[in-house]
Amino acid sequence: MTTTEPQGKTRHATDGALSNGLIELGRFFRKGEVAPDLRSVFLEGGRKGDVFYRDRWSHDKVVRSTHGVNCTGSCSWKVYVKDGIITWETQQTDYPSVGPDSPEYEPRGCPRGAAFSWYTYSPTRVRYPYVRGVLLESYRRAKAEQGGDPVKAWAALTDDAETSRAYKRARGKGGLVRANWDEVLEIVAAAHVHTIKRYGPDRVAGFSPIPAMSMVSHGVGARFINLIGGTMQSFYDWYADLPVASPQVFGDQTDVPESADWWNSSYLMMWGSNVPVTRTPDAHFMTEARYRGTKVVVVSPDFADNTKFADEWVAPHPGTDGALATAMGHVILREFLAGSPAEREPYFAGYLTKYTDAPFLVTLEPHGDGLVPGKFLTAEDLGVDAANAAFKPVLLDEQGRPQVPNGTLGHRFGEADEGDWNLDLGDIRPPLSIADLDEGLQLAVDLPRFDVDPGDPEDDPERAHAGGAGSVRRGVPARRIGDRLVTTVFDLMLAQYGVGRDGMPGEWPTGYDDASTPGTPAWQEELTGVPAAQAERIGREFAVNARDSGGRSMILMGAGTNHWFHSDTIYRTFLALTMMTGCQGVNGGGWAHYVGQEKVRPVTGYTQYGTASDWVRPGRAMIGTAFWYLASDQWRYDGLPADLLSAPTGSGRFAGQTTADLLVESAKRGWMPSYPSFDRNPLDLVDEAEAAGVDPKQYVVDELDAGRLRFACEDPDDPANFPRVLNIWRANILGSSGKGNEYFLKHLLGTDASLRASESTIDRRPESMTWHDEAPEGKLDLLVTSDFRMTSTTLFSDVVLPAATWYEKYDLSSTDMHPFVHSFSPAIDPPWQTRTDFDIFAGLAARFSQMAVEHLGVRKDLVAAPLQHDTPDAMAAPHGIVGDDLPRVPGVTMPKLVVVERDYPQVARRLLSLGPLAAKLGLPTKGVVYRVEDELERLASLNGVVPEGRQGAGSIRLDTAERACEMILALSGTTNGQLAVQGFRTLEKRTGKPMAFLAEDHEGEHITFADVRARPMSVITSPEWSGSEHGGRRYTAFAQNVELLKPWHTLTGRMHFFLDHDWMAELGEQMPVFRPPLDLARLYDYPVPGERADAGGEQGVAVRYLTPHSKWSIHSEYQDNLFMLALSRGGPTIWMSPGDADRIGVVDNDWIEAVNRNGVVVARAVVSHRMPEGTVYMYHAKDRTIDVPRAETSGLRGGIHNSLTRILLKPSHLIGGYAQLSWAFNYLGPTGNQRDEVTVIRRRSQEVVY
Amino acid sequence: MRVMAQMSMVMNLDKCIGCHTCSVTCKQAWTNRSGVEYVWFNNVETRPGLGYPRRYEDQEEWKGGWVRTRNGRLKLKAGGKLKKLATIFSNPKMPDIQDYYEPWTYDYDMLLNAPAGEQTPVARPVSLLTGEPTKITWSANWDDDLGGSTATMADDPILQHMSEHVAEEFEQTFMFYLPRICEHCLNPSCVASCPSGAMYKRSEDGIVLVDQDKCRGWRMCVSGCPYKKVYFNHKTGKAEKCTLCYPRIEVGLPTVCSETCVGRLRYLGLVLYDVDKVAEAASVEDEHDLLEAQRDVFLDPHDPAVIAQARADGIPEDWIDAAQRSPIHRLISEYRVALPLHPEYRTMPMVWYIPPLSPVVDVVAGSGADGEDARTLFAAIDKLRIPMEYLAGLFTAGDMEPVAESLKKLAGMRSYMRDVNLGAERDESIAASIGMTGAEVEEMYRLLAIAKYDERY
Repeated sequence: MTTTEPQGKTRHATDGALSNGLIELGRFFRKGEVAPDLRSVFLEGGRKGDVFYRDRWSHDKVVRSTHGVNCTGSCSWKVYVKDGIITWETQQTDYPSVGPDSPEYEPRGCPRGAAFSWYTYSPTRVRYPYVRGVLLESYRRAKAEQGGDPVKAWAALTDDAETSRAYKRARGKGGLVRANWDEVLEIVAAAHVHTIKRYGPDRVAGFSPIPAMSMVSHGVGARFINLIGGTMQSFYDWYADLPVASPQVFGDQTDVPESADWWNSSYLMMWGSNVPVTRTPDAHFMTEARYRGTKVVVVSPDFADNTKFADEWVAPHPGTDGALATAMGHVILREFLAGSPAEREPYFAGYLTKYTDAPFLVTLEPHGDGLVPGKFLTAEDLGVDAANAAFKPVLLDEQGRPQVPNGTLGHRFGEADEGDWNLDLGDIRPPLSIADLDEGLQLAVDLPRFDVDPGDPEDDPERAHAGGAGSVRRGVPARRIGDRLVTTVFDLMLAQYGVGRDGMPGEWPTGYDDASTPGTPAWQEELTGVPAAQAERIGREFAVNARDSGGRSMILMGAGTNHWFHSDTIYRTFLALTMMTGCQGVNGGGWAHYVGQEKVRPVTGYTQYGTASDWVRPGRAMIGTAFWYLASDQWRYDGLPADLLSAPTGSGRFAGQTTADLLVESAKRGWMPSYPSFDRNPLDLVDEAEAAGVDPKQYVVDELDAGRLRFACEDPDDPANFPRVLNIWRANILGSSGKGNEYFLKHLLGTDASLRASESTIDRRPESMTWHDEAPEGKLDLLVTSDFRMTSTTLFSDVVLPAATWYEKYDLSSTDMHPFVHSFSPAIDPPWQTRTDFDIFAGLAARFSQMAVEHLGVRKDLVAAPLQHDTPDAMAAPHGIVGDDLPRVPGVTMPKLVVVERDYPQVARRLLSLGPLAAKLGLPTKGVVYRVEDELERLASLNGVVPEGRQGAGSIRLDTAERACEMILALSGTTNGQLAVQGFRTLEKRTGKPMAFLAEDHEGEHITFADVRARPMSVITSPEWSGSEHGGRRYTAFAQNVELLKPWHTLTGRMHFFLDHDWMAELGEQMPVFRPPLDLARLYDYPVPGERADAGGEQGVAVRYLTPHSKWSIHSEYQDNLFMLALSRGGPTIWMSPGDADRIGVVDNDWIEAVNRNGVVVARAVVSHRMPEGTVYMYHAKDRTIDVPRAETSGLRGGIHNSLTRILLKPSHLIGGYAQLSWAFNYLGPTGNQRDEVTVIRRRSQEVVY
Repeated sequence: MRVMAQMSMVMNLDKCIGCHTCSVTCKQAWTNRSGVEYVWFNNVETRPGLGYPRRYEDQEEWKGGWVRTRNGRLKLKAGGKLKKLATIFSNPKMPDIQDYYEPWTYDYDMLLNAPAGEQTPVARPVSLLTGEPTKITWSANWDDDLGGSTATMADDPILQHMSEHVAEEFEQTFMFYLPRICEHCLNPSCVASCPSGAMYKRSEDGIVLVDQDKCRGWRMCVSGCPYKKVYFNHKTGKAEKCTLCYPRIEVGLPTVCSETCVGRLRYLGLVLYDVDKVAEAASVEDEHDLLEAQRDVFLDPHDPAVIAQARADGIPEDWIDAAQRSPIHRLISEYRVALPLHPEYRTMPMVWYIPPLSPVVDVVAGSGADGEDARTLFAAIDKLRIPMEYLAGLFTAGDMEPVAESLKKLAGMRSYMRDVNLGAERDESIAASIGMTGAEVEEMYRLLAIAKYDERY
C-alpha cells in the first residue's frame, strides 16, 4: 500500500469476523501495525519485549583460543566472557585468505568444539587435587614413621606388600579424597625420586600425545621427563594412526596435503576416511570441489556420512581394501603401462622413471625349485669403489649398462657425494622394463599370495594356521649382470599385479574376468564383494583423470583402512595407485592420510623444547605399543607364532618364534628403542663400570656377553623391570587408546578386570623371554594424571591433578589440515585450584629438585639409543641382511650406548631456561642441522635472561608458557624465515640444486607469539617439511621432491614399490600385496563371524567388531558432554544391521553385551539398515564413565571399546637400522592396530544394575 | 504494491554434512538455561526420519499452518480465533514433552565423589524434569544417521505419502540432513494463532518474535506453527522461538547458525516483497502453484519501479542496497535452485533450501555411461539414490518439476565446470541445456562453491 494512491478495500485474508476483530483490536492495544489483510501483526524494532535476547547476547570480551584435542582440527575460536564467566564459543573467521578462486578456511569448528565451554563449570570438572584415600592415609603414616622424609616414606609404603596391594586393589573403585597441592606434589615428586634412585630413571614413564594440539602443555611435561631421564611413550604408532607404509614407501613419517588442496583435486576418493565426521571443519572443501566437476568416490563398508556426497559408493567387505586397490592397479598397469615404451602413457612412465624405484634393478635368488626376488643391486655388487657403495642401488641406461644414479642413501652422507644427493638422472634414460632392451631372458619367479583357502588343519597340521599363504609363479624379463640375475622393480610389479606380457611364462589371468589368479577385477570381487566392473571402471577413471589433469587424482584415506593388522600392505596398494599415475607431489593429487597425522609445523623449536636437548642428548623416546604390550602383560596371552605370518617364498627364519620374540630381537639389535633397557638401574651401571675402571659402554657389552646383564624386555615380569611411575597428562589411555584395556587393569594396575583370556600354553610362549608362573599384578607404584575432567584414567589414578582447560592458558596450535599457527589464550584464569600443565610441571620440578639434593645429586646415566632414521645409522645393515651371531658393536649390531650427566637438583632450573647445547650442537631436524646462535640472541631480548645472582644466570628464560611459545616460534623454520632459508642453503649444498628461493621472500619474517595471538599466521616454506607454500600455493606433500629433485629419505632416494629387507622378504611383503584381516578363528580359536557362539554363558552371534571414530566425540573427549549426549543416544551404543539384530532377538535401543576373550562391553543397540551384516560398530573411545551398567558376564562395570581389543605385533613394524626402515620417534614402530577383532553379541536383561 | 523487506535464509542441503554445529552454537547462545533444556531453536534432522518433535510434519495430527477454505480464503488449520478462545484452557494439539524428548543429565559428581566401593564409579542418567534416574529412550536427534531406522523410518510422514515404496535395505540406503530454524514466514500462522497479541513480525526485517512481556503462555502458537518452531518455556511459562539472532543482525552480523556453519551452506540476506500480494499468493488453489506464487511476491531489487516504491515505503537506502547484493534473491529468483520447505502449509516460509543432488553419477555410471556427461546426467536425475518424490514431498507439495529443475542446474554446473577445471573448452551447450549462459553458470558456481563470507551474508 502506498500513501500517495487511494486504496481500494483490502480483502481480508483470514476467516470469520471474530478473528478479524481480534487482530484488528490489537491495533489499539499494541503500538504496532496490523497487516491490512489482517494476517499478521507488524511491529517496529526497539521494543521492550526484545530486551531479554539482547541482554543475553551481550558480553564483556571475546578471547581467541582453541581446543587442545586430538582431532587435527586446530580451529581458532572466539570465547565469549561475561561477568568473568565463560558463556559460549563461536568460530573465528579471520584466517588468511586462500585466494580469490578458492573457498576459504572460515569458519573452522565442529559441534564438539562448540560444546567445549560446558566443561568449564560442569560437575565433571576436576577442581582440586585428589588422592585415593587409602593411599593418602598410608602415605601420611609412612611419612610420620620415616621422620618426615617423603622419599623414604614412598619407599616404605611401596616396599610393604600389604599396603601397596591395598591401594592398588582400590584403583578405580572410588574413594578419591581432596588434598592440597603441597602434599600431592610432594607425593608425586617423592615417587619419581625414589623410582630413579632404586630402579632407574627409565622406570619412570610419561604419556601425553599429540604435541601439535598444545605444544607447550605437551612440551613442558616431556621436557621434565626427558630431564630426569624418564621415557616418553610414542602415540602415533600406538594409536595405529601411523601409516607404516609411509616410512616404508616415502621414508617419511606422514606428510599430506592441507585440506584446501582437496579443492584442487579433480578425482577424489575417500577410502576409509569419513570426512564429515572426522574432518568436520574441512569437509566443505570436498563438497565444494564437486561443483568444479570433481568426481567423488566413497569406499566404505557401511553407508557412512560421507557416502551422502558420493557419486559412486563402493562397499567392500571390511579389511579387504587391499584386494580392491590391487585390481585397480592391475587395470592401470595393463591399460597405461604394460605395453612397449611407445605404448605407455608418457606422463606415467616418465614419472615412474624419475620419482620411483621402478627402474632399479633387483636380483633374483634361487628358492626351492624356482626364483624369488632378492635384493636391490648396488654399486658394491658392481665392484664400484665408492663411498657407501652398498647403499647406492643401480639401474640400467638405454644401452643396458648398469649405472649408479644420484640421490641414493649412499649419496646422502659424507663429503665425497656432496652435491649429488638429487634425483637428476643426467643423461641416463633408464628403461622401466628389461624387456625394453634388445636382449634378455624370461624367468619365472615365485610371488607370495595370501588369499588362498588355508585348508583343513587336520590335513596339513604344519601350516594349519598359516592364514592362507601361497605363491604364484609368474615370469619377468631378466638379465645377467656379472653372476647375478636381475630384473627391474617395474617388471616385478607387473608380475605381482598379474599383468602378463606376450610369451611370458607362468600363471596369468586370461582377462579382467578371470578370477582364478590374483590381481584381476574378478579376483577381487570374490574377496571384497565389489562388482568387478565397478573396480575396473574406477581404476581406469582414476588414471584417466590423472592423465588429463596432470596428476590431480587423490585418495583421502584414514582409520577405516589404517587400523588393521596388515594396514601397511593395504596402504601400499593405495600408494601404488598414486605413484603409477604420477599423483604424488602434485597439488590436488596423491595420498591424503587423515588419521592422527598431527603436524607440529614449528617442529624444530618444539622438538628442542620438549626433548630438553638443549641440556642433555639423547632422550629416551619409547615405542608405545611395545611398552604397553610388555607392561600390561599382553605378551603372556598373545603367543602369535611369527611364522604363521610368513610367506612360503621366505626362508623360514621366523620358525619357532612368536612375535614377542621378534620384539626382543628388534630391541637387542638396536632397531627399536626399548625402555626400561636393562635389568639393572642405568645409573648404577655407570657407577659399576667406573668402579671397575672400564668404559661404561664396554662394560655393558662385556656384561651382556657374560650373560650377567640382560635386556629388560627379556624379562618384563621381573620386579626390577617394572615401570614404576606413570605420569599422564592430556591423555586418557584407560578410557581411550589403551588396546587391551582389561590387561592394563589387571597387570599394570592390579585391580579388578574382566579379562577372560587364558595365558599362552607352553608351546606358544616366547622362547627368548623369562616366564614367571605367577603373573605380576599391580606393576605400577604410582599412576598420576592431570586432567580437567573425569575419565577412566583419572578414575583409576592414584593422584589426580586439576588441570586448566584450553580456555585458561597460553599455548600454540597447528595441524596439517591448514597452514597456520595460532594460539590459545586464557579467557579466564584457571578457576578453583586448577593449574596449567606448565605450572603443574614447574611445581613438580621444583619439589623434585629439592628432594634430589639429598636423594639423587648428580649422577651419570647410560642411555641405550636405537639406530636412528635420517642419520648414518640407517646404513648399519647393508642390503637389509639380518646376520646372526654378530659381535656386539654399539650403534651397529646393538643400540648406541651414551653416557649422559643428570644434574637432578638442577632439574627445575633447567626446565625453565634454555641450555647451552642448542647453540653448541645446533638443532637437527630430518637430517638438517640448524645453527641458531643469531636466533638465540634475538630470543634473549624477547624473553629476557635469568638475572645475575640466580642459578643459571644468563640463560634464556623459559619460565612462562608465553616465553616457551616464543622460543618454539623463534627456533623453527616454518615460523622464522631466516632458519628456513638457512636450512634450504644447507640442503642446497647436499643436493646441488637451488632450493632457498622457496623461503627467501620471507627471510626477514619472524612470527612472534603476539602475531599468532592476533590472528592465525601462515607458515613459511621450510625444509622441515616436503611441500611448498611458496607464492601462496596450497601445501601438498613432496612438492619439493618432485619439483626440485630433492630425494625422498629412502634407500634409492625415490618412492619405493619394493622393500628388500630380509624380514620383508620373509613376510612376503617386498611388494604391495593383498593380505586379508587376521583369521582369528584359526589363530586363536575364535568363532567365525556370522556363527552363533557363546557369549558368557548365553548364545549370541559372532561379528566383526570395528571401532570407527565418533560423530559425537573426539576420542573420549566430549563423549561425556551433555550437549553431545543430548544430540545422540545419551550413552554407549553399538551399531548393528537388522539381520544381526534379528538373529539375537534385539530391537533398537535394547541393552546388549559384547563378549570376547579380552573383556566385556555393555551398550545399547542401534539397529540400522545402513550397516552391513556381520559387522558391528562401536564408536571408538566410549569411556565407562557415562551410563555404563554392570555386565552380566563379569558382574563388573561394563568396559570401554578397548575392553574387546588387545595388542598384536606385526614383525614388519619392528625392522630398524636399514635405510627408510629405521626408527624415529612416532615415525616407525609397531602399531596398536585394533580392526581385526571379532566379538560375540547377545541380548541381555533389560533391567540393568549400576 | 507495498514494499517490505524480509530477512531470509537459504540452506544448500547439497553441502550439509550433518554435523550439528549450528544446533550447538545456537543452543549455547540462546537456550542453554532451565525451562528450555529440550528446546533447539535450530535442529538438524536426518531424512528420512521422524524429525523433532516426532512427526511434526503430520498436520492431520498436529493441525498446524493454514488451510484454504472453499471460498478461497485462509483459515488456521487448528481452527480460527473463535475456536481458540473456546479451547483456550485446553490445547490438545500440542506435542507433549515425549514428542520432543525428556531432557536429562547425569549424576556426574559421582565420578569424583563416589566413596570407596567395589565398582568403578559411573554417572547415571537423571531426568531434568523430575530429578529421578531415567532411561533414555529418545533424544533431540534420536534417528541420526538412520539410527533405529527399522523401528522408526516407516513413520516418516513424507515416506508415508510417497507412492514409491522405500525399503530399509542396505543397498538402497540414502540419507541427507535437514537443518531447521524458524521460517520467519510472510504469512505466519503462529502470529495469527496468538490470543494475547504477543507474537509479531518485525516490520523492518520480517523477523517473527514473541514479546516476552506480553506472552501469556496460551501456547496456541506452538500448535499453530506447522514447523513446530515455537517452544514453550516451562519455567517462565512463555513461548520462545528462534529470533533470527536479531541482536546480531541489527549490528550487521549474520545469525549464529549461519556464521558457525562449517559446511558453509547458509546464505542470509534481505528480500524485498510486495506485502499486498502475500494473502493472494498464500491462498492459490492448487498447492503446486504455491511455489511460483510465492516467487511472484518477491520483488526484483534492481527494478527501478521497485526501488522507487521501496523508498516511498520508507525502506532505507542501505537496505535496498543490501537487497540488491543479497544472495537470497539470486538463489530463489534468478537461479531458481532454492525451494521452500512445505509450501503447502501456506505460511509462505522464508527459509529456503537447495535440494541435495548426490549421488547421481552412481546411477549413470552403473549403466556404463559417462557419469560426468551432461546429457546422460540429466536423463538420470529422476533415478537419484534419494527419490525425487521424497524431495518433492518436502519442498514442492509433491510437484517433481521444480525439484528436477533445481537438481539439473546443479548437475549441469558440475558438468560445465569440469571442463573449466581440466582446462578444456567451455561447452556453452551444457549451460544452455539448463537455461543459462556459461557466464551465468560460472556466477552461480562462485556463489555456491567459493562462497566467501561477504557473499554468503
